[in-house]
Amino acid sequence: MTPVTTANPAYRSPPGTLHAILLAGSVPLFLGALLNDIAYSNTYQIQWSNFASWLIAGGLLLCGLALLFALVNLVRARPKTGQPLTYFLLLLATFVLGLINAFQHAKDAWAVMPGGLILSVIVFILICAATWVGFNPRMGGVK
Amino acid sequence: MKRSKTLALLSMTLLLAACGEKGAETLDRGADPKLPAPQRGLLPSMKIAEPSAWGDQKPTVPQGYSVTAIATDLKIPRQTLVLPNGDIIVAEGRGGSAAKLKPKDVIAGYIKAQGNTKVKGGNRLTLLRDADGDGRYEVQSVFAENLNAPYGLAFANNKLYVANQDALVSFDYQEGQTQASGAPVTVTQLPSEINHHWTKALTVSPDGRYLYVGIGSNSNITERGMEAEVDRAMVWQIDAATGAYKPYATGLRNPTALAIQPGTGQLWSVVNERDELGPDLVPDYLTSVREGGFYGWPYSYWGQNVDPRVKPENPKKVAAAIKPDYSLGSHVAALGLDFSEASMGEKFADGVFVGEHGSWNRSDPVGYKVIFVPFNNGRPAGEPIDFVTGFRDADGKTRGRPVGVTVDPRGALIVADDLANTVWRVTRNR
Repeated sequence: MTPVTTANPAYRSPPGTLHAILLAGSVPLFLGALLNDIAYSNTYQIQWSNFASWLIAGGLLLCGLALLFALVNLVRARPKTGQPLTYFLLLLATFVLGLINAFQHAKDAWAVMPGGLILSVIVFILICAATWVGFNPRMGGVK
Repeated sequence: MKRSKTLALLSMTLLLAACGEKGAETLDRGADPKLPAPQRGLLPSMKIAEPSAWGDQKPTVPQGYSVTAIATDLKIPRQTLVLPNGDIIVAEGRGGSAAKLKPKDVIAGYIKAQGNTKVKGGNRLTLLRDADGDGRYEVQSVFAENLNAPYGLAFANNKLYVANQDALVSFDYQEGQTQASGAPVTVTQLPSEINHHWTKALTVSPDGRYLYVGIGSNSNITERGMEAEVDRAMVWQIDAATGAYKPYATGLRNPTALAIQPGTGQLWSVVNERDELGPDLVPDYLTSVREGGFYGWPYSYWGQNVDPRVKPENPKKVAAAIKPDYSLGSHVAALGLDFSEASMGEKFADGVFVGEHGSWNRSDPVGYKVIFVPFNNGRPAGEPIDFVTGFRDADGKTRGRPVGVTVDPRGALIVADDLANTVWRVTRNR
């Protein structure tokens, strides 16, 4: 006979309000950075690049705090596989590449490009994936 | 866990790449420097001076010369001027009001400030006098105050000209004055929007008819936008009588000191070049300034080396760029320039003194000294010679940072030190 799970453990619940705000809030910030990078590539107008730098900084702040929630989630998870691990790794990758992107955007003028644009695309895809997985705690092998 | 390991490794590699830019041990100086390919890690190399007091120590000068502090506790001395009667005028202040546009500006600004004095700029001129000629400047008086970051100084037409960060002004001067007799008169307004590079260098033609003002760029390499660079990175020629001006030479990123060559009347400048292209790019330089000449910034450096950070490109301007005369080495931050004369002693009679404030964008710091560039037939010739050193020791303790250098015809070099807030005087032993 298979044991029946009667309680829903915290690590298998959807993110709480603050966690959700931080996680979902990162998405438009990294998207904004990407759009501004595209605008800078097309116009050479430096202000777009300045906007992108600040949006990345904002994205990193929110994403970094969400990463702490994801870490706590992972620490509490039994076993430490499946969704909690995938979610944490995706968010960690977003944060690390986002940080590299922030440094890339700290270069002067066109030195930001093309690396900054490429990184912004990758970071945006990663944050979308991380958010998708983060909001679906029953994904990733949990039966 | 494999993915996170790969990422950690990737970020470590990138950080190491940033730290790995050591730079050549000997700087490539002189008329024809070898320029390496540009390089820039994820983070720019930064090594900031660790300020430390002089205590009983003094800068090091060549054998047969002595150095004394003739004024201390000043409020950020930058440039000096020796008046006909031997009195010395010192310009004191700190300018610049550039907004922080990116997170980088906030962080880098904080880090760089660690290597500068904490004293508030005086916005004034101080007069130093040694009436009896014993080498002690017993009179120290405030000549004028409430100026706006004064920097360049020149004397002609019985007037003392001062280049504030926003205007060229003049004071009527009578020999022996220790205080200005009135408020300054504005000769002409100078470009002062943003003022990323705020210092306005100044010199005057031998006949006193024209004033030359060096105006630095508003960015390292156009990262504040091309619009911010109107009337920047150039030398203006200003009619002393009317204040009418025109660009005399352009493409000079930050012409921090100007001087007229005795005899020929030729204008010379030291220019600070762009950062963040690696430890051995781009050389700061000493050059004669040709009327109508274009010297490359921002499109190219040292002649036709295109800077890929500048968009849109301008191949026509690149083709027109003049190669400077003499490389002082990358990142040395030359801020002082004056022609020598016979009274400085045979070895240092023909050439220029250059004050080097010292680097930040180099893991192995350079500059932090005063050098002498020997001339022959009116052109720089041969290796530079260290003239005043000991501002920074091997373990990074920095006691001073030279700015303006001025030759006193009585046989002395006046060096302004904006970290120790001191004016040094180097004399030949007799």
